[in-house]
Amino acid sequence: MEVKDPVLDIQDVSIKFGDFKAIKDVSTSVGKNEIRFFIGPNGAGKTTILDAICGKNKVSDGHIIFHSDKDGDKDVTKMREYKISDLGIGRKFQAPSVFGGITIEENIELAVARKHSIYCTTFLKLSKEKKDYMNYVLEFIGLQDKRFKYPGSLSHGEKQWLEIGMLMAAKPQLMLLDEPVAGMGRKETEKTAELLKKIKKDCSIIVVEHDMQFAKDVSDTVTVFHEGQVLDEGTMESVQRNQKVIDVYLGRG
Amino acid sequence: MELFLMQLFNGISVSSILLLAALGLAITFGLMGVINMAHGEFIMIGAYTAYVVQNFFKKYLPASVFDSYCIVAILLSFLVAGFCGLILEKLIIRKLYGRAADSLLVTWGISLILQQGARSIFGSPNVGVEAPSFLENSLKISGMLALPYKRLFILLIAVICLLGVYALMFKTRQGRNIRAVMQNRNMAASLGVNTSRVDASTFAIGSGLAGLAGCALTWIGAIGPTLGTNYIVDTFMTVVVGGAGSIIGSVFGAGFIGVGETAFEFMTTASMGKVLIFVCVIILLQFRPKGIFAVHTRSLED
Amino acid sequence: MKPRPAMKIKGTTILVLLIFLFLGTLPFYMPMFRVSLFGKYMCFAIVALGLDMIWGYTGILSLGHGVYFGLGAYCMAMYLKLEASGGALPDFMQWTGMSALPTFWKPFVNPVFAIAMAILVPMALAILIGYLTFLNKIRGVYFSILSQAMAMIMSTLLIGSQAYTGGSNGLTDFKTIFGKSINSPITKIQMFYATLIALVLIYGVCRFLTGRRVGRVLIAIRDGENRAGFAGYNTASYKVFVYALSAVIAGIAGALYVGQVGIISPNEVGITPSVEMIIWVAIGGKGTLAGPILGALAVNGFKTIASENFPELWSYFIGVLFVVVILWLPGGFVSLKEVPGRIRHVIEVRKNEKPRETENFVSEEKQSRAH
Repeated sequence: MEVKDPVLDIQDVSIKFGDFKAIKDVSTSVGKNEIRFFIGPNGAGKTTILDAICGKNKVSDGHIIFHSDKDGDKDVTKMREYKISDLGIGRKFQAPSVFGGITIEENIELAVARKHSIYCTTFLKLSKEKKDYMNYVLEFIGLQDKRFKYPGSLSHGEKQWLEIGMLMAAKPQLMLLDEPVAGMGRKETEKTAELLKKIKKDCSIIVVEHDMQFAKDVSDTVTVFHEGQVLDEGTMESVQRNQKVIDVYLGRG
Repeated sequence: MELFLMQLFNGISVSSILLLAALGLAITFGLMGVINMAHGEFIMIGAYTAYVVQNFFKKYLPASVFDSYCIVAILLSFLVAGFCGLILEKLIIRKLYGRAADSLLVTWGISLILQQGARSIFGSPNVGVEAPSFLENSLKISGMLALPYKRLFILLIAVICLLGVYALMFKTRQGRNIRAVMQNRNMAASLGVNTSRVDASTFAIGSGLAGLAGCALTWIGAIGPTLGTNYIVDTFMTVVVGGAGSIIGSVFGAGFIGVGETAFEFMTTASMGKVLIFVCVIILLQFRPKGIFAVHTRSLED
Repeated sequence: MKPRPAMKIKGTTILVLLIFLFLGTLPFYMPMFRVSLFGKYMCFAIVALGLDMIWGYTGILSLGHGVYFGLGAYCMAMYLKLEASGGALPDFMQWTGMSALPTFWKPFVNPVFAIAMAILVPMALAILIGYLTFLNKIRGVYFSILSQAMAMIMSTLLIGSQAYTGGSNGLTDFKTIFGKSINSPITKIQMFYATLIALVLIYGVCRFLTGRRVGRVLIAIRDGENRAGFAGYNTASYKVFVYALSAVIAGIAGALYVGQVGIISPNEVGITPSVEMIIWVAIGGKGTLAGPILGALAVNGFKTIASENFPELWSYFIGVLFVVVILWLPGGFVSLKEVPGRIRHVIEVRKNEKPRETENFVSEEKQSRAH
């Protein structure tokens, strides 16, 4: 599938764990302001690919090119995770992982500050602009009233939003979300869908998700993975008609 | 050449004791995520058990059967240390699963108590244990090269224990349960494995092995209340090098630390030897931060 | 939008101020030898502050800070030793048959150099060790064990190279410090206040850091190191930074210690003293700045009383206390006021959960039959 103006190009990527090839020659491109869903059965390699993009997994073969607005084209396969984050790729993990020892506001604050050196975190204060944006994010995710509380007091859904808020605060060009609505009720899921549609105006999003209704509502395009390979790619409607996809994944439901 | 072989043998001999001590530590670390700083004190308990058994034989039994004390000592040191381990697990360790750093500190507190206890009962000065007479001689290979029976005997004990642990882990249902809990505690529990029983028995066996190591130590040196502290660092390094929860890792780690340290000490001085082996461990861990035979996981924070 | 809760001075801050006030007025009403003892405790409090920065705030458990404490102390002791011998060969070197002063000893005749080294040597070693471990993700108990091995090695090295370090006797028999008699009451009082000032300053530095964003990054590393990395923070460099900081603090404490106590030996460097430092922080309360100060003063004060009166029982007592605090009072003494509330909470939870306690005991036979 041709993508105009891509943010991310995954080129012939393979990932091995020991002798086990988890990902085999996967290629795809994600466009600007696109919400891409990675779907497929368990063990198809969706999370593994996300891990590779954000620097958690090593890539055995191939390249992942990120087209950064400020730094030009970069191959992220050999970069350390904090550098990748600085380039403009944000990652949310499956289990909500926020920092329990600092307040909700401080969680956002750590994300909104884009200068990460020890000198900056010691001596510089946040600019007015950043503070305003922090307030905006808090309001956006609906946690402005709880900003001085600790994350331990939040519900599961709120924690997920806080984490999405932390991603937003960093103003990434690309967000990687691993099962953002897992464990959420229908209402919370709908709210998350709204959030993502708003966020999409400023960045591209890759979502790994099993909730097909959610995928239908939110996705622009989907990539179907199966046993470490791309099975099909296109809009939700088109992949739903693909017989192979129905056989290995959708058909069972 | 003979000198080299002699050093190699000494190294292997040190390794065999380390292996006895480290096996239990590695398994309990892998199984429960608990680091037991009082593990060294189980070595001490085993050693003092052997000392008490020896005294009993000296005092109450005819001299002709004295040599057979070593069989009793071996069995009892394993049982006593294992029993102490069981009590410790039931009382305290089980509250600490997965909290490695906390467990390290709590068990340090326990080791202080146990050391002071030994001091109160047996006094601070070191005591000696007489080796049975059949271990007094050496196996002469050639003019220079003589392998003391004591060390050969310890090596034999270590090998038997290693085989025993291997069989336990891979040939019995208990072992299957241990491995299941190690890999996924919740899943094992929901499949009906009684995890708390697995934990307790494993911890007891590990402590018992440390007690055996202590018993073996009595034949090659004097013992005192701080015996455990002298060995605990090397034992921990063995686990760190090998990787938590891995038997083969423990064997490798014990060999690496034991032979390496002996060799370095022979080439330089006792203190420089320790520095050099430490440097080697740090270098090794640069490539495998969780030990050579560590198991990979996919979780974010591990 | 809800306003920020009004700034109120926290109880722990008041506690620290009270402690400082108590220490500051101490020489006016306590006998000299007690003052000196408190001088020693303050050195320990300084170490504890540094340890708390890396353990309480960053979550790195170092069991080898005796090394850095010792390095600072030995640097200072070398100067004191040379001043006592008037720049000539110190007494213990004569006994071990050395004929000339080793080259690395020579510059320590200069007090400024010695003090600089007491700071720089711990820092350099901590940066080296920090880079080698944190950069390649050696973490958790693996790091703790390595740091403990370091403490053991350091003390073996000190004992092993007797000609250079005085062996297991350490360095002692000092006469003057900066040209003044080391045992005169005035010098002692001056050293006491110098230590107090150092304690207050280091407390200030730690307070400044924990109040800034850098402090929040450290907590973030403690709560989820990988997550902090994916948020763009180079966690390894933060860890090296805080490790080096705490090493420097320990070095300063060591330098102050040796002048007041008059001896430094491998006994203050090895595994046991290093873990004791952790005990102070744990018992006082990790993750607060009041905790370590309180812990170091209280534990050591009590240790002195205990070893004067019933030395046998001390080990039992501290062992039990340590176990109790870690298991049931993870916040240390400074969190004591929360205990009644917690107990009430536990009782309530117990009450609500009683009916479903025996559910995960499916027998093993059932499992094997299922196969």
